[in-house]
Amino acid sequence: MRYLPLTPEDRRSMLAKIGVASIDDLYEDVPARARRTGTVDLPPHQGELEVERAISALARQNLGTGSAPSFLGAGAYRHHVPASVDHLIQRGEFLTSYTPYQPEVTQGTLQYLFEFQTQVALLTGMDVANASMYDGATSVAEAVMMANRVTRRDRAVLSGGLHPHYAEITATHARFLGFDLARQAPDPTGTEDLIATIDADTSCVVVQYPSFFGHIRDLRPLAEACRKAGALLIVAIGEIVAMGALEPPGAMGADIVTAEGQSLGNSLGFGGPYVGLFTTRDKYVRQMPGRLVGETRDADGRRGWVLTLSTREQHIRREKATSNICTNSGLCALAFTIHLTLLGEAGFARLAALNHAAAGKLADRLAGIGGLEILNKSFFNEFTVRLKTPAAPVVEALAKRGILGGVPVSRFFPKEKSLESLLLLCATETNTDEDMAALAGALKELLK
Amino acid sequence: MSNLDPVTGTFSGNRGLQIEEPLIFEQGQEGRTGVDLPAPPKGADRLGGMARKGAVGLPGLSEPQVVRHYTRLSQKNYAIDSGLYPLGSCTMKHNPRLNEKMVRLPGLADLHPLQPLSTVQGALALIDQVAHWLKTLTGMPAVAMSPGAGAHGELCGIMAIRAALEHRGETRKRILVPESAHGTNPATAAACGYEVDAIPANAKGRVDLEAFRAKLGPDVAGIMITNPNTCGLFEPDIVEIAEAIHGVGGYFYCDGANFNAIVGRVRPGDLGIDCMHINLHKTFSTPHGGGGPGAGPVVLSEALAPFAPLPYVVHGKDGFDLVEHDEKGRAFGRLKGFHGQMGMFVRALAYMMSHGSDGLRQVAEDAVLNANYILASLKDVMSPAFDGTCMHEALFDDAFLKDTDVTTLDFAKALIDEGYHPMTMYFPLVVHGALLVEPTETESKDSLDLFVTVMRGLAARAKAGEAQHFHDAPKLTPRRRLDETAAARSPVLRWKPTVETKQAAE
Amino acid sequence: MSNVRYTEDHEWIRLEGDTAVVGISQYAQEQLGDVVYVELPEVGRKVEKGKEMAVVESVKAASEVYAPISGEVVAANAALTAEPAKVNADPMGDGWFVKLKIANKAELDKLMDEGAYKKFVEGLH
Repeated sequence: MRYLPLTPEDRRSMLAKIGVASIDDLYEDVPARARRTGTVDLPPHQGELEVERAISALARQNLGTGSAPSFLGAGAYRHHVPASVDHLIQRGEFLTSYTPYQPEVTQGTLQYLFEFQTQVALLTGMDVANASMYDGATSVAEAVMMANRVTRRDRAVLSGGLHPHYAEITATHARFLGFDLARQAPDPTGTEDLIATIDADTSCVVVQYPSFFGHIRDLRPLAEACRKAGALLIVAIGEIVAMGALEPPGAMGADIVTAEGQSLGNSLGFGGPYVGLFTTRDKYVRQMPGRLVGETRDADGRRGWVLTLSTREQHIRREKATSNICTNSGLCALAFTIHLTLLGEAGFARLAALNHAAAGKLADRLAGIGGLEILNKSFFNEFTVRLKTPAAPVVEALAKRGILGGVPVSRFFPKEKSLESLLLLCATETNTDEDMAALAGALKELLK
Repeated sequence: MSNLDPVTGTFSGNRGLQIEEPLIFEQGQEGRTGVDLPAPPKGADRLGGMARKGAVGLPGLSEPQVVRHYTRLSQKNYAIDSGLYPLGSCTMKHNPRLNEKMVRLPGLADLHPLQPLSTVQGALALIDQVAHWLKTLTGMPAVAMSPGAGAHGELCGIMAIRAALEHRGETRKRILVPESAHGTNPATAAACGYEVDAIPANAKGRVDLEAFRAKLGPDVAGIMITNPNTCGLFEPDIVEIAEAIHGVGGYFYCDGANFNAIVGRVRPGDLGIDCMHINLHKTFSTPHGGGGPGAGPVVLSEALAPFAPLPYVVHGKDGFDLVEHDEKGRAFGRLKGFHGQMGMFVRALAYMMSHGSDGLRQVAEDAVLNANYILASLKDVMSPAFDGTCMHEALFDDAFLKDTDVTTLDFAKALIDEGYHPMTMYFPLVVHGALLVEPTETESKDSLDLFVTVMRGLAARAKAGEAQHFHDAPKLTPRRRLDETAAARSPVLRWKPTVETKQAAE
Repeated sequence: MSNVRYTEDHEWIRLEGDTAVVGISQYAQEQLGDVVYVELPEVGRKVEKGKEMAVVESVKAASEVYAPISGEVVAANAALTAEPAKVNADPMGDGWFVKLKIANKAELDKLMDEGAYKKFVEGLH
């Protein structure tokens, strides 16, 4: 076995040193009924070539977004990732290191996380960011639980423009932890009135920006209403690239901003692993979940970094921790921060502008097609259209023509008849004019 | 020579291969970028009047600067690729690069999670294969694939238990957790609305069976036990514990953090457990990546399987189907965006296929052998926490440091100067000044022998009264001991422009 | 200092007229090490004897501070927010945590006096 250095002779001499006759003696605490003598019913070991062949065969059964015009978004976005990103994150000192508990030998990880925290705080316009969460979806649930702690209230309002997965995960936590959720009906037109939903028990209002359906709203009136009611405003961002074009939620009075960070540095990868961004105001930092890196000095007086404010976390606080989370999404955060560092101020703004322009171009292309209506007045790189027929079969028919033509809303709400003809369409800097022509042409035919 | 750095004695502050590296924010220049993008077309925006008014504040760097920045940062890290990383309970084993190659294949890396299912049959088949391996290795009938990490898997398991109890019309209050448990166990139980009731360890580092039995009652929802446990020992009474907890109508959550010690040799399903998470980044060597991402699939018994979270893969009439909604069923809900940590499934499958059933069994045996070899080679100069052999990790207490004025922490810091990452310290909490050493199966005997020589040397040095050496350590690292008190008293959690740079920019 | 009493959880309480000043003992601050953060209750909060009233944190530990007696918080030592090190430097003085309006003076009698607490601490070794 290529990964196992011990030779049979090594094993013999080591057993002798230990003073046992066989390896079985080291498993003597295992109850007799659970001791297995032979191997389990699975194939034996294989060489690289064989494994590569088998997994490649599975990969070939899929239609990747790299081989087809793709207009899929809804919380995961295809962007071009510079070659140096994937090269750098595969440096063994990053890839095969662990949580930086020993700061003297993990300054590399600690420094990039400190830079990551700074970048995330800047993007969202907030005071402070943590070193990342599992993904954007779970970050929302953590944010709601944090708002409950801060306000000592237990009713959260979820906008109908919130990604259904984000809402469903929050609902799971609400069920088991026992807090109330006022989940609003899906809001494909971006017209819901959230201010009216706030009451004296409300710990927070969660709104997505741009919304799941693509709408962009001024959050200031909502922030003001939350402030007056003593509730927190939580803003979830599904597409972080939008922050290159939009006013950040921090500038509009958000108390907690969470985001999915996949768009920068990370591949689509069929849904994970991704990277959750989590930010808040300074005054709430001790109620935050997740790891934090802070600046300090070493014994020689030189600047360095350490994990800090750890008393919030499970390894110290145990059942009183702010969250049970024990990892961050380190490697994905590294990819995120490298990509954003490469972009810089100018590149990030340009990337956002290109995305917005691509979606605008797509909207214009589709506008003339009969049987298709665009619901959005505003959008960033994604918008909702209403088709004259149910959307899922249209998407299936597009796939047969080799086009990944958006996400039918019915995928999330299979029972909602009123949503079955809605289709989410996204365009990024990766979409060419030819892609758009292919989609427009196919839709025109299918909607005849 | 007044401009010599007082610490390094060099003009640059560098020390050979250790090169000082400022923050990206201290290197930026306006107008510089590391990515060439075309100019966007001009025209009115459709941003609903919410176009960004000010700059983000990101620094501008070119590609060579960026590559150098992260390369230099990487050189300040210790990693498995550099050497033995005996961090107990974390399982720092070799990360095969084949796994990295596989996850980047077109057709996997570029799959969108919401494509029509007809276009992702290979991906669903892959998830199904990983599930098959995990179920077979654990002897369990079902597995929930979506949890994002071990702690997330714990949450999944305890939620499934609670859902099963609620389905029976029962509300129970307590979850039993051994004192030696990882902090995530009590934190998880609390996050599911349970009271945590701690069970003491006995003198042998195992669950105190009598104390456990005394805590049983109709309000106990379940027990969470790590097996092998955090002391690196197998719980010999595990079957009795399972029977007793089932006897009062509760469920058995097994923390599978240490599955690597028994994989291929023992199926947890044969021990009477109801659920167990598997840290793919430990046992199946998807990389730790500086602290994540992980993946924590949870295997489930027949009793808990109906309550598994969404989504899950099933064999449908036209190939594989992905169940994302379950209005009529008993699934407890959704726990993670999309379908789980697919990238980790690919890596774990490559790892499992490479080892096969024979190699995985050898993995467990060699991990246990290596740990016992360390224990046997150090027990005369250090102080094993418990008598007898161990499983995959060797636990020592700090009795051997008594009256030396050297603490466990000092000892670990001295190990850094010797070129090793320290072992896990002060955990588990049931052992005073714990040092938990997990070599893993991917260390050669030569590597272990050198480590043993170093450990013996340090033990002798501590006993010889050279406490100062330990107090000063580490001296040879990019940074020496860092002031964690100052960091926590007035937290600086992000870079901010100084007044001068701000003015210069304006 | 005859009007100072102690709890088994290492809080001290000193009577000042109708109110009482509360903090943690010298022994407690030594056990904790460098204090990095103190979470104090808001003024006006009613606390109950033996229930959590504040939290004191070092880098690697967080400890609950329990109310030695029942009462209402009339003042909290805001200086500790900026300078938690005061708890280490002067636990019985500048490092005080809260002032309580006493609900029931008789509760004080059940607490240890200086001598009894000293013995109690010695017994812990």
